[in-house]
Amino acid sequence: MEPLPYLIPLSGGLLIGTAAALFLLMTGRIAGISGLVAAATRIAESGPPWGQAGLFVIGLPLGAWLVSAFVRTPQIAVTSSMPLLIGAGLLVGIGTRIGNGCTSGHGVCGIARLSPRSIAATATFMAAGVATVFVMRT
Amino acid sequence: MRLPIASLATGTIFGAGLALSDMINPARVLGFLDLAGDWDPSLAFVMGGAIVPMAIAYLFSRRMRTPLFDKSFLIPENRILDSRLIIGAVLFGIGWGLVGFCPGPAIAGLVVGLWQPWLFVAAMLAGMWLHRIATTPRRQQ
Repeated sequence: MEPLPYLIPLSGGLLIGTAAALFLLMTGRIAGISGLVAAATRIAESGPPWGQAGLFVIGLPLGAWLVSAFVRTPQIAVTSSMPLLIGAGLLVGIGTRIGNGCTSGHGVCGIARLSPRSIAATATFMAAGVATVFVMRT
Repeated sequence: MRLPIASLATGTIFGAGLALSDMINPARVLGFLDLAGDWDPSLAFVMGGAIVPMAIAYLFSRRMRTPLFDKSFLIPENRILDSRLIIGAVLFGIGWGLVGFCPGPAIAGLVVGLWQPWLFVAAMLAGMWLHRIATTPRRQQ
């Protein structure tokens, strides 16, 4: 796949960061998707009220739909098999609960506030992801 | 009423950013993680672009007594690295590298007309639920 002209991922990133920034300033909370999903589904007892978390989570596909309909249709290529999708989903679900966050909470919000835990977590999941792709491709 | 609207609006902007930057495409994410192969730097631009406004907002928030629409800021203050954090990040990283989905893009990708994000999200919720079962003391159930 061709790398995107850098302005596209950069502007997408700015939107993501602006959303996280507004969420913090308006609601006082960190926009960590795994935590908000767990709160929205009432799997976690901590976090915002489930309705408030749920509205944020519903916004994600809504925003993606708006972009696909009016800006740019993303080309999606998922080649993973069914068992792989299930295994990966389970690992992501369990791992984000044990480690208290994912790419958004640790990777974006945590690094932005220079949290040592988030920096360590991000370095770790990046390294684990790189190693996994390396193993899968050989 | 302002809190629900703020949550929906910011979630929508977040999802728009994920779609615009192509992060809802697992192939794009795998291209970033494939350091040894044909490396695709897009995800680095996304993270860089996202960290800047968030860092500015965080500095702003330190000077505010309360957020605009709620009673207090609830920001994690724990700075201690423990094995749970690292074990969790390793498991998450493996799952992320297997398919190229992390929670945000998978959920945003539910509307692209493919079944794969639905299966992934269902498995992810099952994983979160399993973790809850495993960590809830029996007496409280």
